[in-house]
Amino acid sequence: MDISALESVANQRRMDIVSMITEAGSGHPGGSLSSIDIMTALYDGGVLDHDPEQPEWPLRDRFILAKGHCAPALYATLASRGYFPTEELMSLRKLGSRLQGHPDSNLVPGVEVSTGSLGQGLSIAAGMACGLRLDGASQTVFTLLGDGECEEGQVWEAAMFSSHNKLDNLVAIIDHNGLQIDGATADVCNPDDLSERFRAFGWDVVEVDGHDIAALIEVLQACKETRNGKPHMVLAQTVKGKGVSFMENQAGWHGKAPSKEQCAEALAELQACSGEGEICG
Amino acid sequence: MVKLASAEEAQQKKATRAAFGPALVALAEEGVDVVAVDADLTGSTTTAKFAAASPEYAKRLFNVGIAEQNMIDVAAGLSLTGKVAFTGSFAVFGTGRAYDQIRNTVCYSNLNVKIAPTHAGISVGPDGGSHQMLEDIALMRVLPGMRVLVPADYAAAYAALKLAAKTPGPVYVRMGRAAVPCVYDSNVELEIGRAYVLREGTDVTIIACGVEIREALLAAEQLAEEGISAEVIDAFSVKPLDEETILASVKKTGRVVVAEEHSVIGGLGSAVAELLGAKAPCPIAFVGVRDRFGKSGEFEELLSYFSIDAQAIVDAVKNG
Repeated sequence: MDISALESVANQRRMDIVSMITEAGSGHPGGSLSSIDIMTALYDGGVLDHDPEQPEWPLRDRFILAKGHCAPALYATLASRGYFPTEELMSLRKLGSRLQGHPDSNLVPGVEVSTGSLGQGLSIAAGMACGLRLDGASQTVFTLLGDGECEEGQVWEAAMFSSHNKLDNLVAIIDHNGLQIDGATADVCNPDDLSERFRAFGWDVVEVDGHDIAALIEVLQACKETRNGKPHMVLAQTVKGKGVSFMENQAGWHGKAPSKEQCAEALAELQACSGEGEICG
Repeated sequence: MVKLASAEEAQQKKATRAAFGPALVALAEEGVDVVAVDADLTGSTTTAKFAAASPEYAKRLFNVGIAEQNMIDVAAGLSLTGKVAFTGSFAVFGTGRAYDQIRNTVCYSNLNVKIAPTHAGISVGPDGGSHQMLEDIALMRVLPGMRVLVPADYAAAYAALKLAAKTPGPVYVRMGRAAVPCVYDSNVELEIGRAYVLREGTDVTIIACGVEIREALLAAEQLAEEGISAEVIDAFSVKPLDEETILASVKKTGRVVVAEEHSVIGGLGSAVAELLGAKAPCPIAFVGVRDRFGKSGEFEELLSYFSIDAQAIVDAVKNG
């Protein structure tokens, strides 16, 4: 698939994210929109070996959404890849739906483990990487963290453990949008400079524009192929709320549903982008 | 009736924690895809014995350092690649320090992780209240899907660990530091959801678990000398509880004393009270630590200090 086609896919998922959160009346649009290009690069850009027909395929690469509140982005991605019907997206957060507010691995095909409590995904991914290595398996484990999430101490326990154990089959990505619920990460409890911090913990770190799908694919694929005794960190510079101008760079849109009018405005903006076959903004 | 230790074996003392390493070795030798994750306490928990048994097994023990939250989730990740993953550490850190990890990852995802810390209760002795975990049964029992096993002695701990490995999903196995007398035959096999009548009686039912089993048996002997016939039940499977065995006993005796090396709040006593309150209301007395933290001291001294020794059970039977 060429890059403009992937951008169209990501744009459609942005529309799904906005629509489903509006229908639900609650949810997390900001981080879902900032991370959707990363998930599109993974799931559609040939990085992640996976098979929607066989979610438990033993030879699949693993993906763990550590920042579980961005479930709408994962659901939109999994549905459009065929893990479950896209019609289900509008049932997000409703009683009886498989699509819980945060991902439940017992309910949704393609979700490797339930997440939602921040700070745990990197440890789980490290454990998976250990298990795969023990079996002599060559698959790669990917996980996506938030930058605010890096305020959790457990992230650094896992960072130490991963470099100590030379888990080069582990690729962590940080959705570095610079915002968390209470404001800018720099103001709340500054976790920067994340590149330097992870380097100091023994990781290979590469920075990338988190909305440049071509660059993301190149960087993620390179990490996947590089087995150099170090875990890989991809620090993806992103914009919270990316693609919806009134949500961009606004901490207030971390965990708030748009009104029907705001949804229509957002969809019109995204629709216009899809007409151009590229990401606006 | 389940086979008990011979008089000679009953003289031997062994810590329940000493079963951890050997049980892991036995499981690996049986071909179970077992791994263990510990947090800088591999000597104390005896998981080091697993690693020492062979270079292959050494690769199956992951020492995360002093990082219990990471320990639980690394085990979770290992289980997601098909392993039966045991975690170690001391009970106070291996449950309380990592409670959210056990709740939100292990239990909520229903993973094949066995939470098996050692040094539970007052058996950690001189380390004091910071290390004497008296709330772990309550914390684990309340989690949806978690099974809770509290073995009485070395043989029961060995059996419980093997049982945990063969039971899909989250299981808690509680082990202690102190060497305690053997109760069961060394080859005993236990079942989840079963309680075992260790001594039959007609006047009162003493339901206990863990190190309190030995105290309960001693209490029953003393009571017999005074003409009181006590039935002693090992409810090693605190969750699920063997309702049938307990209800049958209570139907006969009409009175219950529950004994545990744990807070009287939320543990075995609460589990028994929930059952009897709903299905067979009767007088219940609770022998346990009464809403307080532990204290430095030797294990045997503390049993008496906290009124959870055989004499305390005798007193509870007599005074209600």
